[in-house]
Amino acid sequence: MTFNRRKFMVGASAIALAAPGIVGRARADDIKFVSILDQSGGLDIYGKPMVDATRMAIDELNQAGGLNGSMVNLKVYDPQSTIQFYTQYATEAAAGDEANVVHAGITSASREAIRPTFAEFETLYFYNTLYEGGVCDMNNFCTGSTPAQTVEKLVPHTMNKWGKKVYIIAADYNYGQITAQWVGKYVRDNGGEAVATEFFPLDVTNFGPTIKKIQAAKPDMVMSALVGGAHVSFYRQYAAAGMNKSIPIASTTFGVGNEHKLISAEEGDGMICAYSYFEEIDSPANKDFVSRFQAFVGDGAPALNELAARSYEGAMLWAEAVKAAGTADRMPVIEALRSGLSFAGPSGAVTIEPKTNHALQNVYLAELKDQSFNIIETHESQPPTDTLLVCDLVGDPDQSTFKFENGLEAAGIKL
Amino acid sequence: MRLSLDFRGTVIVAILGVLFMLIAPSLFSKVTIIKLNVPIALALLALSLALVWGYGGILCFGQTAFFGLGAYAYSIAALNFGGSTGAILVAILVAAAAAAILGYVVFYGRVSDVYLAVITLTVTLILYSLMRRTSGPDYKIGDALLGGFNGIKSPKLNLPWDHTDTLNRLELFYPSIVALILAYLLCGWLVRTHFGRVCESIRENELRAELIGYDTRLYKLGIFTIGAALAGLAGVLFCIGVTRVTPDVFNLYTASLTIIWVIVGGRGTLIGPILGAFGLYYLTEWLGKTASLNNNLILGIVLIVFVLGVPKGVVPTITDWIQQRRGTRSMRATERRMRMRRARAVSEEPGE
Amino acid sequence: MDLVIAVILQILYGIANLALISLGLAIIFGMMRVINLAHGEFLMLGGYTVVVATNNGVNLWFAMLVLAPVVVGVIGVIVERLLIRWLYGRMVDTLLATWGLSLLFIGLVTTIFGASTATTISPPLGVVHIGEYTSSGYELFLIGVTIALLILVWAVLKFTKLGLVSRGTMQNAEMAEALGVSTNRIYMVTFGLGAMVSGLAGGLLAPITGVLPTIGAIYIAKAFITVISGGMAILAGTTSASVLLGGVNGIVDFLTGPTIGEVALLLTAIILLRLMPRGITGSWFKKSL
Repeated sequence: MTFNRRKFMVGASAIALAAPGIVGRARADDIKFVSILDQSGGLDIYGKPMVDATRMAIDELNQAGGLNGSMVNLKVYDPQSTIQFYTQYATEAAAGDEANVVHAGITSASREAIRPTFAEFETLYFYNTLYEGGVCDMNNFCTGSTPAQTVEKLVPHTMNKWGKKVYIIAADYNYGQITAQWVGKYVRDNGGEAVATEFFPLDVTNFGPTIKKIQAAKPDMVMSALVGGAHVSFYRQYAAAGMNKSIPIASTTFGVGNEHKLISAEEGDGMICAYSYFEEIDSPANKDFVSRFQAFVGDGAPALNELAARSYEGAMLWAEAVKAAGTADRMPVIEALRSGLSFAGPSGAVTIEPKTNHALQNVYLAELKDQSFNIIETHESQPPTDTLLVCDLVGDPDQSTFKFENGLEAAGIKL
Repeated sequence: MRLSLDFRGTVIVAILGVLFMLIAPSLFSKVTIIKLNVPIALALLALSLALVWGYGGILCFGQTAFFGLGAYAYSIAALNFGGSTGAILVAILVAAAAAAILGYVVFYGRVSDVYLAVITLTVTLILYSLMRRTSGPDYKIGDALLGGFNGIKSPKLNLPWDHTDTLNRLELFYPSIVALILAYLLCGWLVRTHFGRVCESIRENELRAELIGYDTRLYKLGIFTIGAALAGLAGVLFCIGVTRVTPDVFNLYTASLTIIWVIVGGRGTLIGPILGAFGLYYLTEWLGKTASLNNNLILGIVLIVFVLGVPKGVVPTITDWIQQRRGTRSMRATERRMRMRRARAVSEEPGE
Repeated sequence: MDLVIAVILQILYGIANLALISLGLAIIFGMMRVINLAHGEFLMLGGYTVVVATNNGVNLWFAMLVLAPVVVGVIGVIVERLLIRWLYGRMVDTLLATWGLSLLFIGLVTTIFGASTATTISPPLGVVHIGEYTSSGYELFLIGVTIALLILVWAVLKFTKLGLVSRGTMQNAEMAEALGVSTNRIYMVTFGLGAMVSGLAGGLLAPITGVLPTIGAIYIAKAFITVISGGMAILAGTTSASVLLGGVNGIVDFLTGPTIGEVALLLTAIILLRLMPRGITGSWFKKSL
């Protein structure tokens, strides 16, 4: 058995080495950049703007003459909102295309399906989505914001403004539950009280019972970590019951699927949200970025949000590292990224934090008015404090785990 | 058991499968082999439905219920046992037991075709919704958290005698394709046994079979349970190939897709649905790579064209065409053989 | 006391919501034995009709009550003529075809309007105060509309010639044909009617849930479970299943939380199907519509 297995492995890897010659690539010296993001199925609302932004980033890199004299060759795969295609395309990208870097994944489920593949084939992997935090992987750079970064700023601001009694509602999965725990922690830390915490399956569209419970509990504010197309109904039904006039809502998840365009102005006005990027950031770099994006996509360009902007910045961050390393090979690029490398993008400076391979990034608070956000507070260079609690890649570089897979308690965090 | 004439074709296809298994690693790249694991698992799922529906006449719209249960049962059991061998058995048993219970309810409740389809689909959709609601530390079986929307990580396959020696996804190709070939042979043999022929006669005319003295409910329950066991095994191979199982295995998309493989490949054949699964799988994969037009749009058009243009499925359409070319003589022979076979199935004593 | 009234109204709304999203599916399934897997997309198209029309300055009420059912009804008739009518008696093929149709609609709408569509509408009719509690006036309106719709469909089936003929076709198509009824036309009208009701439901729900090309997937599972739990009788089945499932869901939701509330709904459906595999109307109210 052992003999046969060995033989098979040797045979197969010999073929893998020979494969590039057989298949034939466009240009041998091109740098290969693969993007795997849903452009159809239920997650396309998030995936499409991310792909547009990635395309723009690669286009700009090539317009500027490529990286270290090589063109960047972008391949985009659409896993159609199904997990098995994520695994398949990840294998294709890592072992078939022999990509120099792969930017992939929207949900944590998809990231966890493909992360082992990239570790196995030693392919550099970027995950540019805001998520629950907790990935501790030398090979994986997570550039999105995590709950502790945004919630830590949003909770005190809104509690000072609206009051101490907070009603927490969140989507019923790992991300929502972890976010709700952080909200609960910061509410307590700021001397407030979480009067109730409720979780909603992702396909719930009738929020009537909860709205009545909120009326009965009479909180000063509602903190929402609702996610996805179905949950947009909450904000409409909340407004239809006249509640948006009496008990305001704050959220770290509203707007990332461009929800503020899906509800009307009078339904959304007054909400306060926190992200590391808003389209309305008033800086020359961002204004230029927005107009470039609109010109690049053309008619029907989607509103920009953190996911799209970070996809662009993630690609650019990687490009900076390739320039600094002088090569697109994996280990030199990882070392360059972890050397405190920074990219000044539309959201401000994004810097890799070497203990976690997450990003130091600006966090903005913004108030919704007439379907667009007005920035009210800016916090510069916020560290990923949640992931820092469980991850130290400087001390122990050989890690490849998702510490929060089973929630915060399982990772030893007591909030 | 004597090898019948019809069975010879099955054996030939199986031998072709074995040949493919032997030469594929030197013919294709490593990536292609690794990526074969998932479509092989899906083809096994298609085969299980080909048996249940094509031969048993039971339109199970929720074959993915057993597929998903197998995947979940394997992942949970393997995480608890720390090894995969017992977990595979658990997965197959769970899927078969679920089918036995559901089958008992519907067959002994005398539920007819349309209702059967929608009840099995409803069960799948209920499982889908339930599994999505199991997020958080409260929902666990032994050491394994169910994980809700995010699903569970599926442990790798290991050698039966050494649970530390795990198979990587390249090596998984062998057990996967061996399972598919063995399952194909099993189904090919089963439909030609007395049991299989009675099931076929029930499909053709349930009342007549019953009047002759067969307990049709029992036969249907039998083939339904065997099909579910195969679907459970398919689920095991699928989740190992994907490295993860999520509630999406129970969703409407996957459930309908399974039916479509069988229809596209051809009902009443075993190889057709297998080819249908491979074909449509690679079509959707290719669509995702080209990413020019919306994939849903293209897939929708393909299906509609298919249902209007090739209603019998690819394999029967091709065999019909070949037979037509061969002339009527061999067709008469086939007909005679079919008639004899059916007569034999019906005239034999029940419970023999 | 106020809370009790508010809660009861809320549960009623939950029931009406289930009935509204299921009725179109129930009509097509009950009358024609066609399982319309594109049902969710009919609802979605109704919603899009309203959003696109109002974005172009059409009055919201006109868009919801007239445009949505008419547009989707016409689409339904076209679909029936081009696709479904070739497949009568081939239940499985209709399943496949309607599923293809569902993908086609999702793809088409995504291609035309993008992955999401901005909207400016919000539920009309303001807020109703019940003591300390408030309800959306529009939700109360939806309860009323659903009841009216059920009565209307009942009246059509019971009293009109169309209803009589289509009920006859449903019971025995060959006999109806022998008596000179064009079953072909009846099927077309029935399918169109089912699509119309779905379009109306989708349009009415648009201001309260919003629209996305993929929103149909959210509705279809629940509509399916409701219709199957109800059984073959269109009105009695939909109503009884909605009351049972919506009631259980609403009550448990109030007592515990939304997750357990949903689980309770699903478990009720499982137990129901164990006790009555042909749905409620397979065992009770057999003779009803």
